[in-house]
Amino acid sequence: MPSRQVVLDALSGVRDPELDEPITDLDFVSSLEIEGDAATIRLRLPTYFCAPNFAYLMVADAQAAALSVPGVERATVFLDDHYASEEINGGVNGQYGFDGAFPKETESPDLEELRTTFRRKSFVSRQEQLCRTLRADGHSSEELANMRLEDLPPSDEFEKYLERRAELGLDVSAEAPLVVDPDGKRVPEEAVVQHLRFAKTVRVSIEGNASLCRGLLSTRYGIPEREEKTA
Amino acid sequence: MYEKDGEKYFVVDGHVHYWDASPENTSNRYGEGFINCFYDYHKNLSPEEYVWDYDKYRKYSKEDMMHDLFEVGHADKAILQATYLTDFYSKGFNTTERNAIMRDEHPDKFILNGSFEPRRGEAGLQDFQRKFEKFNFTGVKLYTAEWHDDSRGWKLDDYWSMKHLERCVELGLKNIHVHKGPTIWPLNKDAFDVADVDRVASEFPDLNFVVEHVGLPRLEDFCWIGTQEPNVYGGLAVAMPFIHAKPRYFAQIIGELLYWLGEDRILFASDYALWQPKWLVEMFVDFKYPEDAEFDDYDEITPDIKRKILGLNAAALYDIEVPAEMQAVTADQSTGPVAAEPVSPA
Repeated sequence: MPSRQVVLDALSGVRDPELDEPITDLDFVSSLEIEGDAATIRLRLPTYFCAPNFAYLMVADAQAAALSVPGVERATVFLDDHYASEEINGGVNGQYGFDGAFPKETESPDLEELRTTFRRKSFVSRQEQLCRTLRADGHSSEELANMRLEDLPPSDEFEKYLERRAELGLDVSAEAPLVVDPDGKRVPEEAVVQHLRFAKTVRVSIEGNASLCRGLLSTRYGIPEREEKTA
Repeated sequence: MYEKDGEKYFVVDGHVHYWDASPENTSNRYGEGFINCFYDYHKNLSPEEYVWDYDKYRKYSKEDMMHDLFEVGHADKAILQATYLTDFYSKGFNTTERNAIMRDEHPDKFILNGSFEPRRGEAGLQDFQRKFEKFNFTGVKLYTAEWHDDSRGWKLDDYWSMKHLERCVELGLKNIHVHKGPTIWPLNKDAFDVADVDRVASEFPDLNFVVEHVGLPRLEDFCWIGTQEPNVYGGLAVAMPFIHAKPRYFAQIIGELLYWLGEDRILFASDYALWQPKWLVEMFVDFKYPEDAEFDDYDEITPDIKRKILGLNAAALYDIEVPAEMQAVTADQSTGPVAAEPVSPA
């Protein structure tokens, strides 16, 4: 039987697309049961009206993550206490997809465009965070504009940045420039300051939303608020 | 009016409700879920001594409202914003009709805003006109995530919405408050997206679009639009209470808003009864940025800037007379939109 820890590790690879943090860190996983080759996972969210599209992505991703664990043959994921719980749970566990779960309410069959929009935001935010640290260490904006990935020392922030960058399918080879836009285009020296200034707004927004959601979840379920992992 | 350290502040609470979510008025589990969700916001972000019990929160009295806003809350004027939610509450949550009770009893204190429902097409337009004639409201508040039959929401640039906005221009209604909510068609797109605000703001340069909750949770998209469209404003409802529970986040939001929009386009609001203006006003007047590198990008928020945000900006939009001693005292140093020439954060 697969161990609980291995399944939890797999679930920690699932992020809230909007908050850019693992659902396990956000305390969205309320229970996990394993019986033989079957995993049953329950998720919870900060409010009854959290956007159903993001909710759906997390439920679907949690199922896929559990199924990726060797020995797990069946994975059922339930989202609790949400206005569209029934539709979402049915859509994921019954395999009829998001547009099947919400007939007449969608415009295209999947959520990939939405996912990409938020991956771009996550990428921009992680880049700003990394560059902020580099600037605090004495690198000027001009230097950043001319740095390559190979010039950076290893760090957790760098690792996260590379992950987000790879998710977008952008070049992560050693010679690739550090500061690129979400399409992978190098940001020229004269535009770096403005690029990073707007990127900061994106980061502030994502971090703030995550912080609010943590607070609401703790109020809703009467549980202690989890420590924020961001600096 | 609020006074502290010799500075006087004229206060306009830009977003208040007189709602009824009592069990008798609640139609279904969605209505239960909605007020429950509001209550979690209230409990999570209010200082403990300002937390109400749930029964009072579902339906409070006129006297509570007058007391909280004007007797202790420092507000000089408050703007009543409608939220219908008739799919959730049989008589509606906080309709123009219900808000008008407060305005009619205290016309010197309240400004009444109406609303429209574009999905009712021509019939909706006629109804809007009738309501305007009956209630004589000053502006409108639009909630694009409102449910209506099978629909889960609408966009400001939908055909019938544009027709209603044209009517607003004809009727002399110039202030359009917009609230983005989480469920909207098509569900596979980001419902909080504020791109439609951008389009109508360009289309209707004589209207002012006050984006409630400063676009949260899409602060970044809102700031971007704010730099492009001079007639887009940010309403601080929901952002304000972070000042207590999440002060660093509040500091970041207000810093970003001042940086991108400037000090003339940000409006204070409590979102009463979600929160009460008393502590929000007092904490905002005392507010300073935390002292660490994250906040080096931002300039100090002077008493004049606070005066603008707390009341003068809304007073300008709504033609409210402000006593001379509460006008901003220094020359206007407003930066306005800065997208073209951003200041280096380094």
